[in-house]
Amino acid sequence: MSIDLTVNGKQITVAASETTPLLDVLRNELDLKGARYGCGLEQCGSCMVLVDGEPVYACSREVGTVAGRHVSTIESLGGTHPLQLAFLEEQAGQCGYCLSGIIMSAKALLDHNQVPTQADIVAALDKHLCRCGAHPRILRAVEKAAAALRQGAPR
Amino acid sequence: MSDTLPLSIQNNRRLEKWLRLQPDRTLRLAVGKVELGQGNVTALAQIAAEELDLGLDRITVLSGDTQDAPDEGQTTSSQSIEVSGRSVRLVTAEFRARVLDRLAQRLNCSPGEITVEDGAFHRGNAPTGHDYWSFSADEDFARDIEGNATPKPPSSYRVVGQPIPRRDLPAKVAGAAFIHDMVRPDMLHARILRQPGRGATLAALNEAAVRRAAGGAFRIVRVGNFLAFVGPDETVVQRAAAAAPLHARWEAVPRLTPAMQEAAWLIGQPSNDRLLYDESPPATAGTVLQASYSRPYVAHASMAPSCALAEFRNGHLEVWSHTQGPYPLRTALANVLDMPGESMTVRHAHGAGCYGHNGADDVALDAAVIARQIPDHCIRVQWRREEEFGFEPLGSAMHVTVRAALDDAGKPADWTTEIWSATHVQRPSTGGNMLTHEALPTPPPDPRPTDPPEAAGGGGTRNGLPLYDFPAKRIVHHLVLRPPVRTSALRGLGALPNVFALECFMDELAGHAGVDPVQYRLSLLSDPRARRLIENVAERCNWTSRGPSGSGRGVGLGWARYKNKAAYAAVAVEVEVEQEVRVLRAWCAADAGLVINPDGARNQLEGGIVQAISMTLKEQMRLDAEGRTSLDWNAYPILRFSEVPEISTELVHAPDLPTLGMGECTFGPTAAAIGNAVAHALGARIRDMPLTRERIAAALLA
Repeated sequence: MSIDLTVNGKQITVAASETTPLLDVLRNELDLKGARYGCGLEQCGSCMVLVDGEPVYACSREVGTVAGRHVSTIESLGGTHPLQLAFLEEQAGQCGYCLSGIIMSAKALLDHNQVPTQADIVAALDKHLCRCGAHPRILRAVEKAAAALRQGAPR
Repeated sequence: MSDTLPLSIQNNRRLEKWLRLQPDRTLRLAVGKVELGQGNVTALAQIAAEELDLGLDRITVLSGDTQDAPDEGQTTSSQSIEVSGRSVRLVTAEFRARVLDRLAQRLNCSPGEITVEDGAFHRGNAPTGHDYWSFSADEDFARDIEGNATPKPPSSYRVVGQPIPRRDLPAKVAGAAFIHDMVRPDMLHARILRQPGRGATLAALNEAAVRRAAGGAFRIVRVGNFLAFVGPDETVVQRAAAAAPLHARWEAVPRLTPAMQEAAWLIGQPSNDRLLYDESPPATAGTVLQASYSRPYVAHASMAPSCALAEFRNGHLEVWSHTQGPYPLRTALANVLDMPGESMTVRHAHGAGCYGHNGADDVALDAAVIARQIPDHCIRVQWRREEEFGFEPLGSAMHVTVRAALDDAGKPADWTTEIWSATHVQRPSTGGNMLTHEALPTPPPDPRPTDPPEAAGGGGTRNGLPLYDFPAKRIVHHLVLRPPVRTSALRGLGALPNVFALECFMDELAGHAGVDPVQYRLSLLSDPRARRLIENVAERCNWTSRGPSGSGRGVGLGWARYKNKAAYAAVAVEVEVEQEVRVLRAWCAADAGLVINPDGARNQLEGGIVQAISMTLKEQMRLDAEGRTSLDWNAYPILRFSEVPEISTELVHAPDLPTLGMGECTFGPTAAAIGNAVAHALGARIRDMPLTRERIAAALLA
């Protein structure tokens, strides 16, 4: 079975069963390793990607349901997105396993809301788990990225 | 000289084991400690850059590799900077001195006249035309380290003490960065059907049903009671493994009971008992107060279920692992597989934070066993979430009873900490078994429970001896021999439960004496480094105006010196208690002597506080007859963004004092501060972790 979708701006066709998890397609068919397996249960957020701009758990989302839609992974940010730069400036992470998913949720937030309050950021990230306890730095990094974006930093 | 050398150098005397100059004008530093998310590799590079006067970008680090890096044992116990850092400093200082001594002879000047700028040698202000790459010789490397070079004085440091960004973080915010992301030629994915407990035997597997559920091709590898699903399609083997437990019939599965999940179950179980420190019997005269505290079994709960890769080609086994100890893992694999260690290489690859002995080593054995069965392929084993929760070693439950005989002023004249705990370190090197070893046709003998010696900080006894100026103090330790679950090292070992008990009891004693808890502590504490931290956080949290007890809001404080010999930390927290405890703010002050990377250090302090809040308020591994039941994040909740407080940390500036390991120093103090703050908020004390809604209600009704 083949499924057409757009991943990180590129139209592609993948050969996969409709019920294959999107995460497996991204990681194993497309070699996009930034979305990470954490639980497979939509409980931790390590696998978060954007589908048409909205955060989606890739671990349990069947790839058939994203046919014809736009999927974005952390790789689409290129390493120099204001969020990524802010996370590095704040050293917002320890082991870093949770970060790619968190950054994708933060991106969805900042794409919709240029002036998020801290409560907005917490609400956007509350579905994500971080075991190292980097939360205060992560919140600061998202605030910093929001400020940089308001000042015109390239997305 | 050698008897004063750090263990890392004693075990790796040849300088070439540590340093190698590369043709591209970089220097490769090889270390045995590994990056687990704590930033140690960046800090070790800083130390080398400092001593060698090399730009940081000229230093590459190879860490954790049994072929090319030194054997520094395990990356545990906050020892990376204390031990490996001290070693790297001595090694690099000696290398620099050797090269400069020879250059000085050549130039007929004293070594002191030569300076180094980014690896190039100058005499006075003039370039000599020489640098490390042009002037060092084989003889500089092919020699033992003597440890007699004098490192730089801290007052001259330019790189050490700076908040240098972590080297590994850019990849981790960009894409592939972890062992989980590695792709090798001829790679096959594997998942395991786990033996449900030691001694259980697989009586039947409905293979047809598993294959129907999987919906694709895969092989089944069975060795004894170890069974793996292996194939080219990860989705297929994942489905096979998810379905398999429903279609497998096991016999002789060990049965548990829910009562076993509580620390109180440990009391009265068969144990090795010891009396430590003051050997006189506990005093019984005068007023004797006693209270008992507990913590249940807790999980490391790494964000990433464990993963490993293994290849068996031409008789050589190569393993990639996020282990804490590549060399000890190689030894353990060699024992289980009955292969010489020389025919194996273990290389470290980054995993998610482990916080101790989780499934990392066990999954490496899984991969190695399969690789032996399917040579000439790379076998990638990914544990499932329920597998990590279900089978990783747990932090032991602990029951701690503290007893004090008081003098007329209400101060302890005699103190006893009595501890019931299972082992806190059950690695293969210390009497433990690797998980899959127990499923193989020749399983190992029963695990032999041991704990680290007191000189290494102890295990169940870690931080069990108070550092207050009590005339007599002792520990009674019951090392429980047969816990219901496999237990091993989890951040701080016994420190969190013990500091919780000690520092909560100090508040209770202060209350009994009618003295402010901070003043009570200071009146019993002569160590100036500890006093300074307590005074620091007391001032920052506005201790003296903390308000009356029982208002629903509370402020509490705790402190410890980790292992009673590493870094000091004091923590105060403000809590709000309604149906649940909410930590609103946390203040921390720490003294770790010379700090290599202050931002990395703060990150560890903060992370320790958050993780300790999570353990204190939320965490418990639950058991029923079948085994563990907290197998996902709903059943084993941890602290979320909406529950994390504002945290303020201060590091004491003490560059002339030796570095003290600090990765675990806030763990116990945070738990104790919460216990005390909740007691202040409620006017009633909860002594059993986690401090749940049910326990709050019970404390208020009592």
